[in-house]
Amino acid sequence: MVAVKRVVDYAVKIRVKPDKSGVETQNVKMSMNPFCEIALEEALKIKESGLAKEVVAVSMGPSNCVDTLRTGLAMGADRAIHVEASRDLVPLTVAKLLKKLVEIENPGLLILGKQAIDDDCNQTGQMIAGLLGWPQGTFASKVVLDKEKQVATVDREVDGGLETLCLDLPAVITTDLRLNQPRYATLPNIMKAKSKPIKKFTLEELNVEIKSDLEVVQVTEPPKRKAGVILSSVDELIDKLKNEAHVI
Amino acid sequence: MACRFILQNLSKRHLLHSTFASRSASTLILAEHEGGSIKAQSLSAVAAASSINGDNPVSLLLAGSGSSLQQAAEKAATCHPSVSQVLVADSDKFAHPLAEPWAKLIQLVQLKGGYSHVIATSGSFGKNILPRAAALLDVSPVTDVVEINGPHQFIRPIYAGNALCTVRYTGANPCMLSVRSTSFPVPPISGDLKSGGASISEVDLSTLDEDSIGKSRFIKLSSEETDRPDLGSARVVVTGGRALKSAENFKMIEKLAEKLGAAVGATRAAVDAGFVPNELQVGQTGKIVAPELYMAFGVSGAIQHLAGMKDSKVIVAVNKDADAPIFQVADYGLVGDLFEVIPELLEKLPEKK
Repeated sequence: MVAVKRVVDYAVKIRVKPDKSGVETQNVKMSMNPFCEIALEEALKIKESGLAKEVVAVSMGPSNCVDTLRTGLAMGADRAIHVEASRDLVPLTVAKLLKKLVEIENPGLLILGKQAIDDDCNQTGQMIAGLLGWPQGTFASKVVLDKEKQVATVDREVDGGLETLCLDLPAVITTDLRLNQPRYATLPNIMKAKSKPIKKFTLEELNVEIKSDLEVVQVTEPPKRKAGVILSSVDELIDKLKNEAHVI
Repeated sequence: MACRFILQNLSKRHLLHSTFASRSASTLILAEHEGGSIKAQSLSAVAAASSINGDNPVSLLLAGSGSSLQQAAEKAATCHPSVSQVLVADSDKFAHPLAEPWAKLIQLVQLKGGYSHVIATSGSFGKNILPRAAALLDVSPVTDVVEINGPHQFIRPIYAGNALCTVRYTGANPCMLSVRSTSFPVPPISGDLKSGGASISEVDLSTLDEDSIGKSRFIKLSSEETDRPDLGSARVVVTGGRALKSAENFKMIEKLAEKLGAAVGATRAAVDAGFVPNELQVGQTGKIVAPELYMAFGVSGAIQHLAGMKDSKVIVAVNKDADAPIFQVADYGLVGDLFEVIPELLEKLPEKK
């Protein structure tokens, strides 16, 4: 099972709303979170290597989530699940909803992107792993499954370098940038995707407590840096660094 | 010297009522240690704790096994005047910082200690472990905090740092957060601590919930041996981008870093291309750095890279392309060929003192 999120496209230069209530998302290009694309790609590769029989994509939010799910189906997911929610869900709620879906669907592996590029939280994968009591392999740059031993060997990108863990399945994996290069959906697959099933659940049906212990007070722009200068020579640079900035 | 950890039985009701009362504020810091010492980044978490409620008691939690753990505990007891207690969890289960046993440990220690705040630094340790522990404790954590506005109000970057979000935590204790070490510098500790340091206690692990521990096993950690200062805390950072064209050329960056006593950084593109290992990546999903001096060579200045270095005090950019976005954040820019500029710098820079 792969959880995917619809976010502002990574290349868009975002603007903070004048009333400071948030970031402008109206009429802005939206896409599948890049880390989620990598998660989906990994799931597809695992299925293509014969180690899984099905890839199910899941997304939570308002009806436009379906666009993201259709992209996932076009990339090659077999089925999709849309959990309908009209408001922003905190990661803990998303994790609880995912737990319900895992109980229904029984996947052997849960893959998520390590963080969403809108809120940059980097929490959901770790939380669902905790709630399920499953081992976690976060910030994965390589995943090797051993079906016989029912383990996943995961290389993780950590501050000190590359850490290798061996996890019993079922497990939760969150993907980092270098895990793979996601495929583009081909036109025939985009057409096929239109008839693949998307099952809808409401929050009531899943009967999950909606956590609301975080309140956004305001969203502001970061302080702007003072404009810099273009210098004309290395000599000038060294002089400035030494005598003006006093950093060397 | 380990002593019996006295369990305080705080009733649940007391915990709920004390959400806003600073008199019962107390903080648990999830600290990292290596080679018998506390890691510098963990001290930032202590600095953050002192900015929440000036003199609230701060406990440092350390986990590991063996003598290096005990050594680290001794050092932890005198690492910062705010630390009043060091909790030590000594077991093979913690030989490596795995999330599964750590999350259970935090849950155990929190339920016994009733802390109002649990803080970790937002490096790969804190990022991996804190959210799992938060889920077990059924609270929403606030991650990657850059500023603290009050006991329950924090500022964190969103959209790769292009916006700042002020959030208020309105839930029950504990308020869990991870803080960016670059945003909470540790002032130099002057002189000896009058009190002689914090008390050190062993955590009673007999009731540690074993479920989910043992399902993950550490195999190895591959890291580059280096004499360079740590990227996350270096005073000067020299970064190379894809324009370096090869791992061989990247050695020029290393030479310059050597000359300046600097750490070496890299863009995602340079790491993807295999010029350098992943731990040198600076950016939204790599390391966040805020050195005195950041020098970027052949770096275009993509939003995601800027997210990792735009809090640097002085930024220098060298790029052949005068329109490269990096020049918008640089204090000093040089439009030129890095293959000419770097050798010239190497020649003309004063030797580091």
